[in-house]
Amino acid sequence: MNRDINKLKEIAVEVRKNIIKMLTESQSGHPGGSLSAVEILTSLYFSEMRVDPKNPKWEDRDRFILSKGHAAPVLYAVLAEKGFFDKSELMTLRKIDSNLQGHPSIKNTPGVDMSTGSLGQGLSVANGMALAAKLDNKDYRVYILLGDGELEEGQVWEAAMTAAHYKLDNVTAFVDFNGLQIDGPCTQVMNVTPIAEKFRAFGWNVIEIDGHDYNQIFDAIDKAKATKGMPTVIVAKTIKGKGVSFMENQVGWHGTAPNKEQCEQALQELGGAING
Amino acid sequence: MANLATREAYGKALVELGKENKNIVVLDADLSKSTKTVDFAKVFPERFFNVGIAEADLVGTAAGLATCGKIPFASTFAMFAAGRAFEQIRNSVCYPKLNVKIAATHAGLTVGEDGASHQSVEDIALMRSIPNMTVICPADDVETMAAIKAASEYYGPVYIRLGRSSVPTINDRPDYKFEIGKAVLLREGKDVSIFATGIMVSEALKAAEELQNEGIEAEVINIHTIKPIDEDAIVNSVKKTKAAVTCEEHNIIGGLGSAVCEVLAEKCPAPVKRVGIKDTFGESGKPAELLKKYGLTKDDIIKAVKEAIASK
Repeated sequence: MNRDINKLKEIAVEVRKNIIKMLTESQSGHPGGSLSAVEILTSLYFSEMRVDPKNPKWEDRDRFILSKGHAAPVLYAVLAEKGFFDKSELMTLRKIDSNLQGHPSIKNTPGVDMSTGSLGQGLSVANGMALAAKLDNKDYRVYILLGDGELEEGQVWEAAMTAAHYKLDNVTAFVDFNGLQIDGPCTQVMNVTPIAEKFRAFGWNVIEIDGHDYNQIFDAIDKAKATKGMPTVIVAKTIKGKGVSFMENQVGWHGTAPNKEQCEQALQELGGAING
Repeated sequence: MANLATREAYGKALVELGKENKNIVVLDADLSKSTKTVDFAKVFPERFFNVGIAEADLVGTAAGLATCGKIPFASTFAMFAAGRAFEQIRNSVCYPKLNVKIAATHAGLTVGEDGASHQSVEDIALMRSIPNMTVICPADDVETMAAIKAASEYYGPVYIRLGRSSVPTINDRPDYKFEIGKAVLLREGKDVSIFATGIMVSEALKAAEELQNEGIEAEVINIHTIKPIDEDAIVNSVKKTKAAVTCEEHNIIGGLGSAVCEVLAEKCPAPVKRVGIKDTFGESGKPAELLKKYGLTKDDIIKAVKEAIASK
């Protein structure tokens, strides 16, 4: 599949701008953890996953679960960019009668493979999809994005055991390791580190990367696909709020929407990034 | 097939369904010998998944399988399915309306000796409060076999409440027909309507038999589907009898009694007496001892019937 990194960087700028615009319009939602996952999602949807926007329920498609469902804006922006629905719908985020619910909903949005939002539940679902693939001898792969704070949920570790026990090498989990959660730095609220060692102890293949570096993301995906007999987790070090200077690494931008002035400043910064 | 626990019938039903439909998969959380999913596991090991003692993961994994066209039956004790995994059932199964069947065994007091920690008296209330959920509580082995088959043919989440202890077979007749949401009239009467579910159906029949000797003609209706509840059957019966008694092995708050009261209050107000667990936890003991101590016998039903009739 096409791994034109310059093209991906252009798409990432568009996605980031749309995240900011959507959140400004809705005046509610989560910018920080959406912006930190842009490179991961654009890599998957534009250069890796087997999906067909015209046939979102295609049985043989690769699956993606946004287990950290509050980052819905990045998923919606990417799905719209990919053509699952019209970009004009993005401005209806979180509004009454919208297809774009505050958290992803399989019933509302074409391209959403699982409803999420209540943290900790996605990995179990990914395992179920992966078991189904094995039962049916299908070669589709299951990708999932977990938050680092989300790893505090016990169900994640139940599912981590299950994935290793059933040797689900068709599961690739990303951890958006941006280090912040609502109440503060993860290390202060409830220390989730060391993440890599935890997954290793649970029987996973672990790869640690810079989650904003496309080359490292693709290299990790290739290694995950080549690994047999065990699931892979890609612990992606990221910057919460990435791309908008005043949001980067700021706890306060977890779940706060920008106002008009902040939006303009953010768009200006992001617009500049196209040429940068 | 007289006197079989509904969980035993569940195990048999799974094996039969497994032969007919290769999309049936079964999941358990380290209780397969008790829930009887072990029967399926022996015949179809490749379609059986034990996730260990992890009920949240059990439900989520089932949800994932369902998104890919499988028909998962996920089993554990009612306490840990409806209780421990409530929110997974709510958010990972019912909200996306996935085709997951939660077959929960060891419901109610008749778990017996394990005591209150394992006696789910609130699962019907929890499950019926979730949008998109169907709640079925079979009365005997025949009904369980039929309910499991019907659940597999219906698309959407279903909670099936099963028991640990043996119950008499009451539906072993050629014209027995099971339809989700359709109550079964077991005995006609004009003086009072007894609505019963699960293991209390056979007690209700015994009570009606005895009441006849006293000149009271009780109508007995088996409400095997608590949601969606058969409003017409309830209203039509009470229009005639003008009094109702509900019987369930569940807290009187939130279960069948509440569901019947909701229907009658809006559509056909009448005196109602609820036979059930009176908002208390159970304890260790033999099933029969517990049913007696907590007021779930035919004698309790008879008393309630007389009170209901007196309130007309």
